[in-house]
Parts: sequence; C-alpha cells; structure tokens
Amino acid sequence: MADLKAQIIEQLNLQEVAPDSIGNDQPLFTKEGLGLDSIDALELIVLLQQHYNIRIANPDEGPKIFHSVRTMATYITENQTIKA
Amino acid sequence: MNSGSTYITGSCIIRQNKVFLNGALLWEADPALELAGFLRAGYDHFSGQYPKFHKMDALSKLGWLAAEVLLKDTAIHLLAPEQTGMVLSNRSSSLDTDLRYYATVKEFASPGLFVYTLPNIVMGEISIRHGFKGENTFFVSDIFDTDLMSAYPAQLLAETPLQACICGWVEVMDQQYEAALFLVENKQRDNGIPLTAAALSSLYQQK
Repeated sequence: MADLKAQIIEQLNLQEVAPDSIGNDQPLFTKEGLGLDSIDALELIVLLQQHYNIRIANPDEGPKIFHSVRTMATYITENQTIKA
Repeated sequence: MNSGSTYITGSCIIRQNKVFLNGALLWEADPALELAGFLRAGYDHFSGQYPKFHKMDALSKLGWLAAEVLLKDTAIHLLAPEQTGMVLSNRSSSLDTDLRYYATVKEFASPGLFVYTLPNIVMGEISIRHGFKGENTFFVSDIFDTDLMSAYPAQLLAETPLQACICGWVEVMDQQYEAALFLVENKQRDNGIPLTAAALSSLYQQK
C-alpha cells in the first residue's frame, strides 16, 4: 500500500502530503479524510488504468473502490492483469 | 470611459523572477529558476497552506500568486463577495496548458490538466481563494490593452454593484511569463491614483 500511496500523491499533485500521513482506511473523499474532489476521482481512474491496466467496468462501483487506500488496493489485487 | 471616481489602489508586477508590490521590489528569486521552480518558491515565500496550488497550471499559479501579493494588506475582504470582480487578459490564452494536455491525450488524457484548458480558470482560482463572487471577464489580445483595462473596469464600478475590481495581464507561454495585476476601487486610498490608461501603462512599464 506504500507504493499505491506514493502513486496517488504523484498522480494528484499532493505535494504537501507525506505517504505515511495517509491512513490505510482514511476516507479519500471527505473533508475529514484526504478531501479529494471529482477531478481527483477521474485522475484515480487514470491511475488504475495507467499503472495496473485496470478499467472500471461499472462506474457505480467507484465510491466503494475509491473509499480508501485499502479498498483501492483490494480492488487492484482482485482485478489486476498483466500489462501488455 | 472613466468617471473620475475610480482609483488604482494597488499593483503587483511579476516578471523575471521578481515580485513588485506598489512599485517597490518586494521579493526576488534565484534568476536561474525556471517558471515552475519560481512559482513554487513564490508560493512558499508568500503563502503556503493552500495545497490546491500544486494542482493548478502555470497560468493559474501565476495569477493566484500575483493576487496573493496584491491583496495581502488590503481591506478588500471587508467587501461583500459580490462586490469584487475581475477583468484579466493575456496574449496566449491557455495555449501553454492546451499543448501539455494534448501531449497527454496520446496515452492517458489528464483530467487534471483538462480543467485548465481555458484562460478564465485563473480567475476562478483567485475567486475561490478570496471568496469573490463578482462579475469577471477574460480578454485575449496581443498586448496589454490599457485603454480597455481602464475603461471596462471603470464602467463596471460605475454601473454594477462592484466596489472593487482586479484587472490586468497574466501571461504564460512555456518559460515566458508576466503578471501585472491592479486593484481598482471606487474609494480613494493612500497612494491611490485615478484610473486612466496612461496610469496603467506607467505602472505596467516600471522595472
């Protein structure tokens, strides 16, 4: 999950956020959490595609997948394919 | 048009890695810094604590930084949100970011860059930062049109609820950049001068 946190920080330009400061279960899209917005959500979709060759087939799954770093990591583990 | 009751009450010029406030050199960065490094250094020096800055494109960062300096010691925040507007202009529109975005399209189009492929987004970023909700307009022209930039804000201040207007020039193309923001108000303040094209031109050309 440390690699994923670093990738999120780079993809979203969170230059003042340290990877260690992001909790594994910290909500990504609430003010109490990381406070990400809708454009960040699109960037996370690009991240999954770019780094893990994963396309989200059902957009309704988004809130569940992107709830936290742990839910993202779980989704990646369950859906990752070998990148061509 | 100038009603004679509109005043330039502040100016911020940023060029060649130097920041001028009201005609005086306020801060100077390493001249060897490229634009991205200069903007980050300026952010660290004048502001910080605004993480969204890092997501902006160069045009928005430059305009945001100039507004940060221009407004830091003013009373503009005492006005109602609807009483402050903006009229900005530049030569290259958002072309610098358009090209960067286009480069990403070949593989993974960047949503984060796409949202900055309009020049007026810089005014949105400044408005979000300072809570402004007044009228705003962005013009694209070859040069800083001091006739337009004196007449139009004066008209807005005379005929609309606006009590203050940030006007000027915010240009970025590759490593070439320049910002010249002016605060114009209905109220005369210390060191305020009547808003005219000649006055804007004089302030803009100061070194």
